[in-house]
Amino acid sequence: MTREVVISLRGLRNQFGATVVHENLDLDVYRGEVLGVVGGSGTGKSVLLRCIAGLRPPQGGQIEIFGKEALNCSEAERRAIDQRMGVMFQDGALFSSLTVRENVEVPMRTLPGLDAGMRRELADLKISMSGLPYAAGDKYPSELSGGMRKRAGLARALALDPEIVFLDEPTAGLDPIGASAFDELISALSETLGLTVFLVTHDLDTLHATCDRIAVLAEKRVLYTGTMADMLTIEHPWVHEYFHGPRARAAVEAQERTG
Amino acid sequence: MSLPATPDTALRDDRAAAKVRVTRDGQGWVLSGSVTVRNLSDAASALRQIEGSGDIELDLSQLESLDTAGAYALQKQRQKLAAVGAALQFVNLRADHQALIDRVEAAMPKPESVPAARLSVIDLLEKLGRTVTGAGRFLIDLVAMLGLFLARLGYLLRHPSEFRVTALVHHCDQVGWKAVPIVALMGFLIGVVLAFQGSVQLRQFGAEIFVVDLIAISILRELGILLTAIIVAGRTASSFTAAIGSMKMREEIDAMRTLAIDPATALFVPRILALLITLPILGAIANVMGLFGGAMMAWIELGISPGMFLTRLLEDTSVDHVLVGFVKAPVFAMIIGVIGCHAGMQVGGNAESLGAQTSAAVVRAIFMVIVADALFSVFFAIMGI
Repeated sequence: MTREVVISLRGLRNQFGATVVHENLDLDVYRGEVLGVVGGSGTGKSVLLRCIAGLRPPQGGQIEIFGKEALNCSEAERRAIDQRMGVMFQDGALFSSLTVRENVEVPMRTLPGLDAGMRRELADLKISMSGLPYAAGDKYPSELSGGMRKRAGLARALALDPEIVFLDEPTAGLDPIGASAFDELISALSETLGLTVFLVTHDLDTLHATCDRIAVLAEKRVLYTGTMADMLTIEHPWVHEYFHGPRARAAVEAQERTG
Repeated sequence: MSLPATPDTALRDDRAAAKVRVTRDGQGWVLSGSVTVRNLSDAASALRQIEGSGDIELDLSQLESLDTAGAYALQKQRQKLAAVGAALQFVNLRADHQALIDRVEAAMPKPESVPAARLSVIDLLEKLGRTVTGAGRFLIDLVAMLGLFLARLGYLLRHPSEFRVTALVHHCDQVGWKAVPIVALMGFLIGVVLAFQGSVQLRQFGAEIFVVDLIAISILRELGILLTAIIVAGRTASSFTAAIGSMKMREEIDAMRTLAIDPATALFVPRILALLITLPILGAIANVMGLFGGAMMAWIELGISPGMFLTRLLEDTSVDHVLVGFVKAPVFAMIIGVIGCHAGMQVGGNAESLGAQTSAAVVRAIFMVIVADALFSVFFAIMGI
């Protein structure tokens, strides 16, 4: 079965001043998969995410999303693409002057024919699906813990049932229990909602627990893609160090214990 | 328009989404089309047609697309029918739709009963009481902030090595030097306006020469310092609040505390001290420019030559007026600085409170400056100065 490519990057080039971050970067993301993007600090994982999400125009190359050219399209076309994607930022990036429920309602306001009562009910549903208690809807982001803010950010990213969600370091700064609960949430949501997940992470446990495929960013491009098992066989020094370091071994053991 | 390749994409694309329809089919009902967040109102009203009692079957085999919002609408209808004793069954549905409906069912929000908010007389009284005590507490807080400033200033006088000269110079530049153009222009224009208005009135009595006294006394005694303080309150109280507030918001102030840096010494003292130093200077500039503007206007309008203006000014205007004006400057500076720093420390965790505190700081600072000026006037009147 050939899988449908929802995001396709070709020859992407990003640079800040004289520093080239990406050069000739190619990457395909398939529908329904959870793709984990790893790479050392400064290899431009977040830059890549921002490029695809349309927050930063790259200096060169092509981005195709849902088979449509995403860089040279009209604003209306770009908006149509954006409505089918959701982004969860590292610390949630919730609007601090709105309650969590109002935050989740924000993307729904762009849809005509959705009245206030229905918006509210749907927002409550998304909040509940993200694993937050009902009472969290009335709270302001500053009153929530870091983990709850991330869940609220996920609820907002999922507000319109997007086809692709981008998660920037979803488990960074969470305690191990909260992090694995978040991993389970991502897996469960991607399964039932048929989500395509683009996940930037450093967390090896998350990679083990959720990702169907892993893309390694190194040497200014996507050096390798493959499953976790493929990664373990790669000889590249950085990749080997990454997936065979002491933390990686612990993650593998944990995965084996839980099955 | 070509339809996307797989059924799953077709149902996702709202333009390709089929209209939602509920039709009766023998004993049961059939739902066709798509039920998503994009046509939720239509879907909800279509689903409301379903009625009956006992077991009702809803055939979902012709359902093209379903998202969480659609699954929620189905669940809502099921709950509604359950309330009247009917059991809605979804039959012939795809496995992924079943999984989605199950997931939504598990996550159905359970509203916790919130006590209804009712506004009674007692609530209003409570609100009033809170406002009054809040205002009282605010004044106490301001006095505490003033005390903190004075205590830290006293400490720094005994330990001059800990004093941050660079910060003081920086703030003097920000608060004083950068405000010179606006203050000078304001002073000049006030002088012009006073001379012009005064000349029109005084000419009726042939007492044009008294325009010199009018300008000199009103500017030196009141307007020069007061208007300077109001401009500085608008410029500086807001910038103090914004600077300290954004540091508070990003926990920088807490970081300073853990690094054994006292925020009062590092942030408040240089700022308030800079105001104390520069506000009298700015007031002096406003005074000089006001007299200059008045002299210009008197020359043009009334033909009082600058020489005559100067002679009249020196002969008739007591130095007391200048002193009365300048005595107020440090008090105004304290008010502006303390209110600005205090409001900055009141900023909470969100961006909105920063904006609210910044505008509140300006309003309070200007208001308190005018109140203080009024108190000074009463005091000087009683003392006969």
